[in-house]
Amino acid sequence: MLTRYSALIFAAGLAFMLFVLFSGLPLGAPGMVVGQAVLDRAPAEVGAANIVTAVVLGYRGIDTMGELAILFAAATAIGLVLGRSRGSRHCPPAIQPGGFILRAGNDMLFPLLLVVGLYIILHGHLTPGGGFQGGVVLAAAFVLPVLARPTDMPSHAAMAWIEGLAGAAFILTGMAALAYDRAFLAPLLGTGEMGALVSAGTLPILYLAVGLKVGAELASLLLSLTEEGGD
Amino acid sequence: MSWADLIVLLMVVLVLATAFATLFLRNLLGAAVATTLVSLAVSVFYVILRAPDVALTEAAVGAGLSGLLLALAAKRLGLWHIEVQEAGLDERGDDPC
Repeated sequence: MLTRYSALIFAAGLAFMLFVLFSGLPLGAPGMVVGQAVLDRAPAEVGAANIVTAVVLGYRGIDTMGELAILFAAATAIGLVLGRSRGSRHCPPAIQPGGFILRAGNDMLFPLLLVVGLYIILHGHLTPGGGFQGGVVLAAAFVLPVLARPTDMPSHAAMAWIEGLAGAAFILTGMAALAYDRAFLAPLLGTGEMGALVSAGTLPILYLAVGLKVGAELASLLLSLTEEGGD
Repeated sequence: MSWADLIVLLMVVLVLATAFATLFLRNLLGAAVATTLVSLAVSVFYVILRAPDVALTEAAVGAGLSGLLLALAAKRLGLWHIEVQEAGLDERGDDPC
């Protein structure tokens, strides 16, 4: 029954999408004033070559902190739900090592994923991407070895520490702006030369904190899902 | 028809096909893989629409993480049905212990 209804909703959504596409509605008809203003002012004010980062961390830093808080709450809730089911039944989980292709692929992919994730995070103010995307890639990098070799798990405590320290670093960087009579999370340290790796003030620091926090959070979430997968 | 049009057409077909596959596949693991393919094709749209940031998010979260999440959740619920021929490699979740 539920499938029927969900299929109906899906069909209705598809019909609406096609209707909008083919009726030629004037999308974005009132000109987007804010976007143009940001495009004009952001390079000089924030100094990030990636304007999206300038908006996400420079102009809307508190929104980003809200996103981090939401992610933290979700990860905490999932950890609460999944974390304590082990004590009830003492059934050794049937651990099967991954196949040869999975193990060999993991050995090749793990360093590549690490490099890509860190690159995306550290170049967040220069090229597309940033803390969230790179953090997800880092989380995937740390979950893949667990799928390949389920016996050696990375420790949850280390991840919790990384997550907590990264979150604290984000907030402390934001509060450092208060000491200079700026608004909370306002970019400090000047803009630097646009396009250089060390530029855009505190934005790279903030994105590094975001990336580590998101990566540790999602990795521990996925690990707690994999842990008792056998039973 | 330019190259971009051709790619868009291909991706529209891919998105619709994989979305319907998600709905109608009996195998839940296959359905999870199909949802990741939807996200992958959609991320190509974002690149064509010149939103590489969103495309990167869609590819990382939609195609990578959420597929893994769905697959692991299905595994936890004992809904994996992989037909494995070799003896002793039965990956179904309902192993008695």
